[in-house]
Amino acid sequence: MIIETDQLTREFKRRGKPKLVAVDHLDIRVEPGETVGYIGANGAGKSTTIKMLTGILVPTSGSVRTCGLDPLKQRRELARRVGVVFGQRSQLWWDLPTAESFTILGAIHHLGRTELTARRDELVEQLELGEFLSTPVRQLSLGQRMRAEVAAALLHSPQLIILDEPTIGLDVLSKQRLRDFLVAERRRHGTTLLLTTHDMGDIERLCERVLVVDHGRLAYDGSLAGLSRTVGAQRVLVVDLADGTRQRIPFDAEKVTAATVLAQASERAEVRDLSIEEPDIEDVVRRIYSAAR
Amino acid sequence: MWLVFHNVKALGGLTFTQVLLVFGIADVCFSLADMFFGHLDSLPTYLRQGTLDVFYLRPQPLLLQLITSDISLRRLSRASVGLASMVIALWLNDIHWSAATVGLLAMTMICSTAIYCAVYVWAAGAQFFLVNGAEFTNAFVYGGRYAATQPASVWNKPLKVVFGFIFPMAITAYVPTLALLGLPGPSWLPAWLAWTTPLFAAWSWIFGLAFWRFGVRHYQGGGG
Ligand SMILES: Nc1ncnc2c1ncn2[C@@H]1O[C@H](COP(=O)(O)OP(=O)(O)OP(=O)(O)O)[C@@H](O)[C@H]1O
Ligand SMILES: [Mg+2]
Repeated sequence: MIIETDQLTREFKRRGKPKLVAVDHLDIRVEPGETVGYIGANGAGKSTTIKMLTGILVPTSGSVRTCGLDPLKQRRELARRVGVVFGQRSQLWWDLPTAESFTILGAIHHLGRTELTARRDELVEQLELGEFLSTPVRQLSLGQRMRAEVAAALLHSPQLIILDEPTIGLDVLSKQRLRDFLVAERRRHGTTLLLTTHDMGDIERLCERVLVVDHGRLAYDGSLAGLSRTVGAQRVLVVDLADGTRQRIPFDAEKVTAATVLAQASERAEVRDLSIEEPDIEDVVRRIYSAAR
Repeated sequence: MWLVFHNVKALGGLTFTQVLLVFGIADVCFSLADMFFGHLDSLPTYLRQGTLDVFYLRPQPLLLQLITSDISLRRLSRASVGLASMVIALWLNDIHWSAATVGLLAMTMICSTAIYCAVYVWAAGAQFFLVNGAEFTNAFVYGGRYAATQPASVWNKPLKVVFGFIFPMAITAYVPTLALLGLPGPSWLPAWLAWTTPLFAAWSWIFGLAFWRFGVRHYQGGGG
């Protein structure tokens, strides 16, 4: 078991208000090699959970083990086995060139020179960092910086990668690149992946399993398809017809394929263009919530 | 400084050159501590910006990461005034040089530096609990620094309690000076205590590290 929480709870005291239960008796189990999407609305408790998994925050009650270790007592050992990317925080040295950050991180993780060079070259190639390796981090674009951040978190070849909103603020192409990289990285090294996101694309592309958290409690644990099924989320085929009108045809992806729907539509009218709308993550989550109440 | 002592011929029972020795020892040791641990001053900034999370994700002790994130040799230059004072005072004062006094001086320099470092660690640990904690702890860090450069016999009661024992500032320079000069010292601080500085250093570090550990566990996370 690479992640195991048992009744994990974290409260925050607030001045003049009742205490806030950010994570509420959470039981999560993740096996090595799994790819897990951890989703929920703003303030649901995702980041708080991640901080307890990595030893940053002390749980109020319950227990947590990551990579078989106690994140508080064995924080340093754990740091060698986990790579964490906080989309909103940088772990690079702002004023140093990216390449130098890697050198420092290599030293921090006691990587041998050949090991570091090999791994760095691999990441530079896969994440296409070559063109800005000598640029100070503060001058990088958001997309470039995120790629550098991911490389920094993976430099020590962790067995578990935790990403907290890794694609926040990225354009479609950058998101795609990052997802492709993570898929490839996982295929190559069998890494376990846990990621939080508000982007359904991340989940669909990367995650075999989805955990939905609501007010600190686990609201769903299962496959993405199962999630869509549970809440009845539908894909929508959008077709532009020859007569200039646009039709939206919702369909249940579990029952029919997009191709069948398109074939049926084409029988009735000439289709000039088409696109498929995926169920929106916020929408799916919202439905889970209303179903739970 | 000269002006301060010019009119007062004897301070707390000491002469000017004797006080100069207290000042010199305290200032050199504090400057050394400041070079190694002074960067802990920036902890409140890290806490406010929420950038401390990153340090937790690296396989080194947090304290070590923070102090090594910027060891400034520039800070060492501040030791020059203290060093000059100490050398002059050692030369002007009538000291019985022997293996014992040399040993005592060396031990004092090491232990006093360690005590000041421990005060920095304590202050850093307190930042996790206190809003605007630096204002509060600076009173002890820099107040302690100032107190250490003075003969403890002129302190008032509260100062004696706080800087005599909780943060053992009196032990860092005043008491060793008494011992070096062969003076008896006040009844509450006999000069032989100079030989116990390692104990006070150990106590300071236990106290400082306990606070630090408590603080680290109390960290609320940087948001996001
Ligand atoms: N240090 C803190 N002090 C007080 N409350 C906090 C603290 N950190 C988090 N919280 C609260 O705990 C709850 C969960 O926060 P958390 O950051 O885990 O949410 P999240 O699921 O990551 O949300 P988002 O999608 O917006 O990132 C929120 O209500 C937040 O305000
Ligand atoms: Mg978050």
